[in-house]
Amino acid sequence: MELLAVFAPLIAFLVAGIWGKAIGDKGCQLVTCTAVVVAALCSITLFFDMIGNLEEGGLVYTTEVMRWVSSGDFNVSWSIKIDTLSIVMMCVVNIVSACVHIYSIGYMSHDPSKGRFMAYLSLFTFAMLMLVTSDNMLQLFFGWEGVGVASYLLIGFWNHKHSANSAAQKAFVVNRVGDFGLALGIMATFYVFGSIEFSTIFDNPALYVDKTISIIGYDFHALTVICLLLFMGAVGKSAQLGLHTWLPDAMEGPTPVSALIHAATMVTAGVFLVARFSPLFEYAPTALMVVTIFGALTAFVAATIGMTQFDIKRVIAYSTMSQLGYMFFALGVSAYGAAMFHLMTHAFFKALLFLGAGSVIHAMSDEQDMRNMGGIWKKIPVTYALMWIGSLALAGFPFFAGYYSKDIVLEAAWADQTWFGNMAYWLGIAAAFMTAFYTWRLLFMTFHGEPRASQKVMSHVHESPATMTGPMIVLAVGAIFSGYVFYGGFVGSDGHHGQDHAKAIISSLDDHGGKHGEPTHKSEKSVAKKAHGEERGASLWTREYFWQDALIVLPENDTVEAAHNVPFWVKKMPFLMAVLGVLMAYLLYIRVPDIPAKVVTSFKPIHNLFFRKWYFDEIYDTIFVKNAFRLGRIFWISGDQNTIDRIGPNGIAGLSGRIAGGLSKFQSGYVYQYAFVMMITLIAIVSWFVFKADPSFYNSTTFETLSGITGNIPVKGMEE
Amino acid sequence: MNTPALLSIMIFLPVISAFMIILVRGEKGDESIVERNVKNLALLSSVFVLIIGIFMYQSFDSSVAGFQFVEKSEWFSKIGINYHLGVDGISIYFILLSVFLTPICILASWNTVKKRVKEYMIAFLILESFMIGTFSALDSVLFYVFFEGVLIPMFLIIGVWGGPRRVYASYKFFLYTFLGSVLMLVALLALYIITGTTDIPTLIANPVGFEMQKWLFIAFFASFAVKMPMWPVHTWLPDAHVEAPTAGSVILAGVLLKMGGYGFLRFSLPMLPEASLYFAPFVMWLSVIAIIYTSLVALVQEDMKKMIAYSSVAHMGFVTLGIFSFTQQGIDGAIFQMISHGVISAALFLCVGVVYDRLHSREISKYGGIVKNMPAYATVFMVFMLGSVGLPGTSGFVGEFLTLLGAFQYNVIIAAFATTGVVLGATYMLLLYRRVVFGPAENKNAAAMEDLNKVEKIIFAPLVILVFYLGIYPAAVMDTISPPVSRIVSEYEMLQKPLEYNQASLVISNPVTALPINIDEPIIEEEVDHE
Repeated sequence: MELLAVFAPLIAFLVAGIWGKAIGDKGCQLVTCTAVVVAALCSITLFFDMIGNLEEGGLVYTTEVMRWVSSGDFNVSWSIKIDTLSIVMMCVVNIVSACVHIYSIGYMSHDPSKGRFMAYLSLFTFAMLMLVTSDNMLQLFFGWEGVGVASYLLIGFWNHKHSANSAAQKAFVVNRVGDFGLALGIMATFYVFGSIEFSTIFDNPALYVDKTISIIGYDFHALTVICLLLFMGAVGKSAQLGLHTWLPDAMEGPTPVSALIHAATMVTAGVFLVARFSPLFEYAPTALMVVTIFGALTAFVAATIGMTQFDIKRVIAYSTMSQLGYMFFALGVSAYGAAMFHLMTHAFFKALLFLGAGSVIHAMSDEQDMRNMGGIWKKIPVTYALMWIGSLALAGFPFFAGYYSKDIVLEAAWADQTWFGNMAYWLGIAAAFMTAFYTWRLLFMTFHGEPRASQKVMSHVHESPATMTGPMIVLAVGAIFSGYVFYGGFVGSDGHHGQDHAKAIISSLDDHGGKHGEPTHKSEKSVAKKAHGEERGASLWTREYFWQDALIVLPENDTVEAAHNVPFWVKKMPFLMAVLGVLMAYLLYIRVPDIPAKVVTSFKPIHNLFFRKWYFDEIYDTIFVKNAFRLGRIFWISGDQNTIDRIGPNGIAGLSGRIAGGLSKFQSGYVYQYAFVMMITLIAIVSWFVFKADPSFYNSTTFETLSGITGNIPVKGMEE
Repeated sequence: MNTPALLSIMIFLPVISAFMIILVRGEKGDESIVERNVKNLALLSSVFVLIIGIFMYQSFDSSVAGFQFVEKSEWFSKIGINYHLGVDGISIYFILLSVFLTPICILASWNTVKKRVKEYMIAFLILESFMIGTFSALDSVLFYVFFEGVLIPMFLIIGVWGGPRRVYASYKFFLYTFLGSVLMLVALLALYIITGTTDIPTLIANPVGFEMQKWLFIAFFASFAVKMPMWPVHTWLPDAHVEAPTAGSVILAGVLLKMGGYGFLRFSLPMLPEASLYFAPFVMWLSVIAIIYTSLVALVQEDMKKMIAYSSVAHMGFVTLGIFSFTQQGIDGAIFQMISHGVISAALFLCVGVVYDRLHSREISKYGGIVKNMPAYATVFMVFMLGSVGLPGTSGFVGEFLTLLGAFQYNVIIAAFATTGVVLGATYMLLLYRRVVFGPAENKNAAAMEDLNKVEKIIFAPLVILVFYLGIYPAAVMDTISPPVSRIVSEYEMLQKPLEYNQASLVISNPVTALPINIDEPIIEEEVDHE
């Protein structure tokens, strides 16, 4: 089952990639879509298997496929790890991917290389599945880089465009900077744990709390170093502040790609990584703090930029970045379940928004600038309605998916009761306001008001075909219901819904030192469960049973539990902000549409800062890109040519040439002579050093050995 | 040994074929027939050697650390120099690489070499024979003969069939490498004088005194560092590559560069253990400089071959990094990196050759937008580009990662600096690919080039398969490499034992990572007396 779920997309990729010409575009579409749908069905089956087994500890096993690298103690296999975390990720990836595959049939219908596109999508899906099902860090790295390459190929899919190519390259290189950290993290893990298998590392990380890594004479806390290095990888892949500059540019790719890779799945790999390594992060509080700060700042900064952009896809891209920031600060306050919850709901509504945007772009003859849209909601009502659902979910309106996940994230941050937790909460609240604002700004600018597009474009505006709206409807269902349905499993404790007695179960569970590989742990849980036998159905649908040992939280860090008991205003604040944001957007873009221009002129510097994306690109370009090329040129001209070559071969040749015959010109005909002189000189020098160092050379015994004794001669060492 | 003298057959078969090629004659005016016969003969014999090589690999016992297929007969009995051949898990892959790349080179020159075809093929066959000899010699004099012998056909290939500046390049190549080799000769002589033997296994078993080791190390290092090539003695490589014909570049990057790494593993490390430890920090830092420096230089190249040549230097930096980490992962990785680089860089030079044959330019800016007309080429090039970048799943990743893993256990800072090479490597390779393959078609002639023909597809197919096979299932190869490497590594662990107790506080009490992480100072303070 799990093999089919992971490898079906690979097979589809190979078939479509190698025999793409033979089976034609239709064939490619059929093969890839079928494979991914099959994979999605398999993942869903696995999910229900797991739900059915919650009582017995869920579904936890590993299937080894084959050996990969083995060198001394470093042994790594290709294998598939199944537990709640990987099943959840598999479901998200495969479902969204299936939707996007089918959507692409419609969206790419005018493109000449459909087969290649479908093949790349399947390749991406496979790499992503390898990432989430890995049982060791190296396979995770394989998936990690694999999705990077697929993303590179897909961003640069329209490879005749300069902008697409440079965006693709930028994405790959910036991600590589993050991978630099991840790779070092893997090495450090091996150095500390002697293994990179998850089962070994997570077995009992508490034993390694006192370990240190010595770097230039200073000792650093080993687990913190590892976690920070891993987080660096996550920053790159999940476009967190600092390494985020590739994500907006990545919108050069076709829109289905943006939906699948740059919203729903690949960019959440960083969140998955940190969640997967929760057993280590729990013992590295400094690393958690850094994660929180990065997440909170990203959520805020991205939202500020999102408010000022005009490209419909870029607005959503910055929104993605901002939402990823939410997930990260949730991770940072140890609310891993909440982060995963938000990851899942976000995958649905953000993919929906992107596909909706794609539908708009498709309808508007490839127009992406919102300043050239407007007044089209009557012409594409289905898309319009679906965009509303996505927006409501994103902004966190009650009963939509985002409401549940975003609220629990913010509540957990507040419940953390540390300065950075508080900072995350308030920045998150501010970002929630901005989120609602830019989302409705997008809706209003795109669909309402006077049409700003040309007559020709407007006459072409049409609703998308069923292959496009169908998948969107599936995602919309997810965007509406996934929050409500999965709340209990991902983050819920029984106490939340008024079953006070169930709290006792939770607290009794939590008393066992988190869920930390203690042998008694499972049995006690079942004892607790039996005590409330009649409540079994309800009490099973809680995060304890759902996550099992996939996520580890130390009892003192359990913010999700605490989040259920925060004050009323903390809970309602996000919703209030969302309403305010929508009203503000309504005011600015519907009621008094000339205000935005005034705001822009009166707050020029701030608007510029936001609009130019806080100048990250410019700064990086000046500091890194330009200097790398400058340095390369210096090394090449001044280093290689003017120093090494001049002093080295050319110099020696020239010098010995002068000595040999007073020749001033370098002529290749005489190089033999130079070589001869150089050789003699060097032999003389080295022989002198070698034999000077060994006085035994002059001993008579040495000459005896010269006269023809072979075999094992006792060696003469150095006698002083 | 009751096995046939496979190694000798492999060494002498190409030489015999070369003689046969000399004998191929035709009437005047039949040049084309003669050429065709010569090519067929050369291809046939090299394929035959490849088959023997595969046969040898099949019957190779990978669980044994020692030498197999050993042949030993007296040569200069008076002074005890023997004709002594044998392979172990380290050398067998280099031999396989040589016999694998030679037929590919001959095929790659099939339609492109127009003048002096006979001599060209002879040069390649002789080259093949010397390469096999280098990797299988177990007598230092024999090794030296082969090691130096390689220079002659290579020198001619660059100098006769090369580009416009071929004379300068070939002399530079010759001078550089020959100078290094001369120092090695001195070292070999010194070793002989001290120990009285030229037998490599005997020399390994009986290391000389520390002070002597240091001098010998420097002499060996001079030779191998030039061959690798290591910074700052790398400047011959870009020139040689640029001027060499495609097949010459292939064999140069694919096999000749590996002789340096092989030399370190066969001579420096086992024969001079204390000196190797003593000089390790120096070599490690040189490797790090090489990786960063040459990657940056590669970034600004306008000539495709030059860029790939500089990337070779960077990749070889990982090799020395791994070797001098003295860890199982590091050395395994270094050997793997050499094998993988042998395949990938050879393939990359072939890729350049493909477009060079069509447009006769190596200028990156002359190309662009060729993906439209050459989809197969673009795919193949993409595979090797990603391999060179070190994408997991391709062979490039395994070697790079393992060497870094080894380096990390040696010194965190060195590993961290070296890992930046991974970022830079991606930058310049993607830049190259993007400018050559993608983008709008600015040069009409470039955009109109034809896709891969049949011969080219036949050439690339095995290379593509190897890149993925080695990337997905490297364990098959590493099982063979590991036994001899672990013998070397255990030697070094023994050497470092006393140190481990002294600096116990620095060492994480984990059996796997017995090495102290920070070895900035020389490890051996006193001379070790082996009496």
